[in-house]
Amino acid sequence: MTRVIRVERDQDVQVWTLDHPDKPANTIDQEFLDSLASCIQQLQVEPAVRGAVITSGKALFMAGGDLKDMERNIDSMLREAPAILLDKVFSLSRVLRALETCGKPVACALNGTALGGGFELALSCHYRVAADAPGLVVGLPEVQVGLLPAGGGTQRLPRMVGIPAAMPLLLEGKTLDVKAALTAKLIDEVAPACDIVSRAKRWIREVGNAAQPWDRKEFRVPGGAGAMEPRVAGPLVVTNALVHEKTQDNLPAPRAILSCLYEGPLLPMDTALRVEAKYMARLLMEGTSRNMVRTLFVSKGRCDKLFRRPAGIPTTTFAEIGVLGAGLMGAGIALVAARAGSTVRLLDRDLPSAERGKDYARKRLSDGVAKGRLTQDTADAALVRILPTVDINDLSRAELVVEAVFEDRAVKSDVIARVDAILGGKAVLATNTSSLPITGLAQYSKRPAQFIGLHFFSPVDRMPLVEVIRGRKTSDATLAGALDFVQRLRKTPIVVNDARGFFTSRFFGSFVNEGISMLAEGVSPALIENAARMLGMPVGPLAVQDEVGLDLAVRVTQQTRKDLGDSYQPGSSYPIVERLSVELGRHGRKSGGGFYDYPANGRKRLWPGLAAWWPPSAQQPQAAEVRERLLYVQLIEALKCMQEKVLENPADGDVGAVLGVGFPVYTGGPFSYIDHLGPARVLARCRSLAKRHGPRFTPPRLLQQMVKRGRRFYDSEAAV
Amino acid sequence: MDAFIYDHVRTPRGKGKSDGKLHEVTAVRLASQALGALRDRSSLDTQLLDDVVLGCVAPVGEQGSNIARVAVLMAGYDESVAGMQINRYCSSGLEAVNLVAAKVMAGQTMAAVGGGVESMSRVPMGTGGGAWASDPDAAFHTYFVPQGVSADLIATKFGYSREDLDRYAVASQQRAAQSWADGRFAKSVVPVKDILGMTLLDRDETVRGSATLESLAAIKPAFAEVGEKYGSDGVALLKYPELECIEHRHHAGNSSGIVDGAAAVLIGTRAFGRKTGLKPRARIRAFASIGSEPTIMLTGPTPATEKALKLARMKPSDIDLYELNEAFAAVVLRYMEALSISHDRINVNGGAIAMGHPLGATGAMILGTLLDEMERRGLGTGLATLCVGAGMGTATIIDRL
Repeated sequence: MTRVIRVERDQDVQVWTLDHPDKPANTIDQEFLDSLASCIQQLQVEPAVRGAVITSGKALFMAGGDLKDMERNIDSMLREAPAILLDKVFSLSRVLRALETCGKPVACALNGTALGGGFELALSCHYRVAADAPGLVVGLPEVQVGLLPAGGGTQRLPRMVGIPAAMPLLLEGKTLDVKAALTAKLIDEVAPACDIVSRAKRWIREVGNAAQPWDRKEFRVPGGAGAMEPRVAGPLVVTNALVHEKTQDNLPAPRAILSCLYEGPLLPMDTALRVEAKYMARLLMEGTSRNMVRTLFVSKGRCDKLFRRPAGIPTTTFAEIGVLGAGLMGAGIALVAARAGSTVRLLDRDLPSAERGKDYARKRLSDGVAKGRLTQDTADAALVRILPTVDINDLSRAELVVEAVFEDRAVKSDVIARVDAILGGKAVLATNTSSLPITGLAQYSKRPAQFIGLHFFSPVDRMPLVEVIRGRKTSDATLAGALDFVQRLRKTPIVVNDARGFFTSRFFGSFVNEGISMLAEGVSPALIENAARMLGMPVGPLAVQDEVGLDLAVRVTQQTRKDLGDSYQPGSSYPIVERLSVELGRHGRKSGGGFYDYPANGRKRLWPGLAAWWPPSAQQPQAAEVRERLLYVQLIEALKCMQEKVLENPADGDVGAVLGVGFPVYTGGPFSYIDHLGPARVLARCRSLAKRHGPRFTPPRLLQQMVKRGRRFYDSEAAV
Repeated sequence: MDAFIYDHVRTPRGKGKSDGKLHEVTAVRLASQALGALRDRSSLDTQLLDDVVLGCVAPVGEQGSNIARVAVLMAGYDESVAGMQINRYCSSGLEAVNLVAAKVMAGQTMAAVGGGVESMSRVPMGTGGGAWASDPDAAFHTYFVPQGVSADLIATKFGYSREDLDRYAVASQQRAAQSWADGRFAKSVVPVKDILGMTLLDRDETVRGSATLESLAAIKPAFAEVGEKYGSDGVALLKYPELECIEHRHHAGNSSGIVDGAAAVLIGTRAFGRKTGLKPRARIRAFASIGSEPTIMLTGPTPATEKALKLARMKPSDIDLYELNEAFAAVVLRYMEALSISHDRINVNGGAIAMGHPLGATGAMILGTLLDEMERRGLGTGLATLCVGAGMGTATIIDRL
């Protein structure tokens, strides 16, 4: 009996119940490992006990390692010698190996979801019974935060299902429901939740095999292993190239997992587990795992828990909301709100337009049903909650209204004033602009304190982020309500202060601007696009501008010029965009061509005419240099946003950059990456880039101060 | 000391599939028939030989574990003759000759045989596995892509259109067909027999003299799928980011054929000639192997040639006749462009696009073809070279005597 593992005995079988007294979920920490080790020793020395059943006292069986803990401790771990780091990394694997070789049968009764280290614990048992519970999944999702399952996951999985079948589970972190796990033979039996422990006991009494297949002499990995086995070498060759292309070799975790799959299964289990742990240690030393754990897990978790929500304000539930404008964005917002259980009044200027918005939702819902993501009942229930209308008075009971009309100040001001007139006293009015300052739009409302920006990303039902923009007059209660709404939609909010382009549009715009500007400098367009992909951007800057539309960029610039007057300096790329769109009529993808041509049959190709207007110079820069410019211009823009207090917190910036606008995950976001590279190094590179490419690379004051004071963004004492 | 070529033979090349004429012949028998023929034509006393070095690129299964020694014994050579198998991928056959020549030049061997064997129908390409493509650490580190994608990368980077490649391929077919019609290969090709002594094949099986630009135009690119769907194009672009994409222009008709075959070249000192009464036909003047960028992989013949020329104190224009293995049409077009070699001085009897490329044997075969043609035309100096997997190249310069 230990504090975190309850041991009970039923005649000749022990039941170990994982039940941490202070935590809502069981996680793997040192106390757990020590407890498990002592349970194993007890089991071995108790002559009257035949075997043990492991189950959990929590709803989840076990969620794996404590990533928050890991993120906190990683720096001190990395200061250790490699042998000590390896020893720490090996701590779970060592205990799990002791479990499976303890000489007595151990069965696992999976009452709930088992992920990561929790599933690795289950895999090291000799038998697995899972509860026939909806929502119960198993899997090894470590790769998604830049890690590999170092508790034997990369070794037991291929020994159970074969190397090719293990690949998607490990490389994509795919989870399996009970049925799929049973088919894959990753669990042995499914039973009603109330029976799993007794079934596990029965197995111990009636079968009770205490040796893993891979510890038997005659064992062969299913389908073979190693380079001499064509059924394995073939998939490895293909997967190596696919992963290499997809990650552009920026993500070390999938590569390390592939090495574990290639090398480990040829080895005896004890050696294989050591090799796996060495790859994990190397991964940690490389540093990108920490960036990913921090931003994708720790910081995202803080955002999801609304760490920026002002305290002491009651939660709003939003039973009814309104959406103005049934275009792509409006319809998307209506869809996610309806799915979250809100009644949605979807307004457009005529009924067919409003109905088209509902049709869009219908289509996405039926796609979801077809792909098995949701049931027909759920889809039907969501759809009936969307009520198309043309009468603005229908929105009078809405607790929140999002306007998603055309991105034009005049159009927006008109609808804001009209809806303002009919809204209830406490209702929040949100604008889904992607560029216009919130404080300016708030002037059209009589209640600017209840006005806020909610910047959704397209397609709304897929993109996980919402940028919440606080106007100068937005009240705490409005911010709290808006955050409650985003949480209800199961999206991740970041909170930023008002400025033109807020954070995400401005940050991303710097990338697009830099990429297009290089064209006029004589950098070949293919090199620009490839260097962006090498950096890890999902799409090159020229292709992005084609998707967004060059005409839209022209319109936004003209609007800004109108707003700000002659003092406004458009980005260095604007002359190129203007020439293409205004002079040459190339407005982007939807008009049939922009930087690219879009042949009806075949893939897009760079427009050959670009060379006539912006001839590539004979001496092309190295791809590494182009890549660095595209990276640094974004780092600098993020620093400026922090310096200007558009951002108040590096977590908002990092989560927003990665989840919202495709900034590469291995960086952990611009602020994590500045820490990763070292502020002093970033400062030096900025200065050298500024010398070569002009003042837009001049290091912001904030960076200089940080270097002077030896600060980082994620120091225990935050720099800002 | 100088090394001389006294004789050479090759088998005809049989289609490297299960319906190929040589498919029933084991690899060791293919090799031993070539060795036997070399001996029989000149009534060679094999006790005078020190070694037989054979190239083989998939040295596993029936080609595994030193096929050269077993072929020596199977051919009935004296048991005192050693045997060694080597692998430098596609130039193995030429490298075997160079290695033997080096031993002769060093005064450590009086005479030996270099050659190669590959039964691609019986031991398919890639059977040997290897770290390069399948070990993730190696594949990522070297930016591995399949050779066909490398060939398409050359075509894209240096601007060889599909028609350029096909035009070259048609010429290869026409030249090979014409050479067979004129009997130019007869001197060195020895028929392959079955176990009853009946002839299975006496001429190259895959030559299609009737090929035209139109007939080739109908063939689909062979490497588009592996490149576009399985990541290789993206890997290549990581190394060549100046390119927008890889244009897939190679196909079965403008790439080397998969075939079975073996070849053997007899090398010795001048004293060996005096002792046996054999007349040396050529002097091996210089040879070189090099490493080059492994992702584009197949541009090695140019630096290999330059290195061999430098050793021989020569320049490209000093070479009267060239043989470059036609692994892919773009490889030859690039080589001709880089060294300013006109088409009438290279691969004048066609090449592997028409007759096939039995990996381990090809190097020895093209050296023999080069020598025969130099003799026919009365030319003085020739150079044989091949592109090689993982970014290498091998070249050998010979002077006709």
